[in-house]
Amino acid sequence: MLELLQNLLRWLTSGSQWSGPDGIATRLLEHLQYSLLATLVAAAIALPVGLLIGHTGRGAFLAINLSGFGRALPTVGLVTLVFLASGLSMWPVYVSLVALAVPVIVTNTYAGMAAVDPEVRDAARGQGMRWYQVLFQVELPLALPLIMTGLRLACVQVVATATIAAYVSFGGLGRYVFDGLAQRDLVQVLGGAVLVAVLAIALDLALAGVQRLLFRNRPPRAHAH
Amino acid sequence: MTIDWGWFPDHRSTLVTLTLDHLSTAVPAVLFGLLIALPLAVIAHRVRPLRGLLLGLSNILFTIPSIAIFVLLLPVTGLTRTTAITGLTIYTLVVLLRNTVEGLDSVPTKVREASTAMGARPLRTLLTVELPLAFPVIMAGVRVATVMAISLVSVASYIGYGGLGQLFTDGFQRNYPTPVVAGVILSLVLALVADAVLVTIQWLCTPWLRRRA
Repeated sequence: MLELLQNLLRWLTSGSQWSGPDGIATRLLEHLQYSLLATLVAAAIALPVGLLIGHTGRGAFLAINLSGFGRALPTVGLVTLVFLASGLSMWPVYVSLVALAVPVIVTNTYAGMAAVDPEVRDAARGQGMRWYQVLFQVELPLALPLIMTGLRLACVQVVATATIAAYVSFGGLGRYVFDGLAQRDLVQVLGGAVLVAVLAIALDLALAGVQRLLFRNRPPRAHAH
Repeated sequence: MTIDWGWFPDHRSTLVTLTLDHLSTAVPAVLFGLLIALPLAVIAHRVRPLRGLLLGLSNILFTIPSIAIFVLLLPVTGLTRTTAITGLTIYTLVVLLRNTVEGLDSVPTKVREASTAMGARPLRTLLTVELPLAFPVIMAGVRVATVMAISLVSVASYIGYGGLGQLFTDGFQRNYPTPVVAGVILSLVLALVADAVLVTIQWLCTPWLRRRA
């Protein structure tokens, strides 16, 4: 066990491991690129949907069940399926990561909107605010903590799952996991897993920092599923 | 991409076997997760300093790719179903722990104090007052954990115990989409049926919530 940890430390800290086209630096950037792009695309799809469902109160059934469906979808199966349909391209990676993140963001956005006190909403309408003013100036700021929680949760899941890019022969930190698995090289697998975890935690902390900057005077709320 | 629907009836027995395999990995994982999460959640709920530590540790476990967890367990548990179940237990633990702590937190302090005032010891308060009141929130966690475990079993197909996930590997290697579609559909159906069963159990176990609705 101790020897394994020493080897892992050597693997993580050796300079040659970090440089070059197969180096950790390159893999880390690839992983970051897959994860960020997928999370951004997912947010661009999920945020308007969640806000609309929350604002109109229509389609709540859809929002709630979407999260269950999204969680139930086996990512490996989806990757394989899109891979067989599209051939060797980035489609399988992005489709599955976006499919993973959209339900999480939609449900949390909806939950945040649903938690807004109806009387506050009525007061805003009573003051003559138009629907978009109510949405963007009243509901959105109040729902933001839960929306941010959804984005953080989605981001962590996407980073952990972006490992599958290596399964369809692309890069990212999953390379170490899959190559290590093929070569029965435990140190490499462990190294890849540690790097993924560190990246996910770092991104989560960064988003938590953004969240704290945005709502300095509001207490944090528990998140919804 | 063409799907050969005739493949389905031809492979009925294989599909049944794989579905049962799938369940026999996912169900124990959730049960073990619950067995570990409940005492940990009670500790996290009662001993405040440990709360952040326990929840933080479980969140870190959640960031490790599932495939890596399975591989890392190989030296300990070998190429067996135990590896698949242990790996999934680690994942269910995260959801179950968080929800059980949230559930226990949601019990009003006054209710707990009333129970103590009536002479109930902490263990009795926990079993007869706190856990029943926290039950809906805990069950929400069990539902999420179950659905997640069922979808994650497929990942264990890399170590040969993936249940319906074997169909993904098979289709991928032969460049043949039909088994992959079968695996995705069956895995989805299994998760949704399991969720429906849990909703029914919850409904049967909480008669006091039914009258209000």
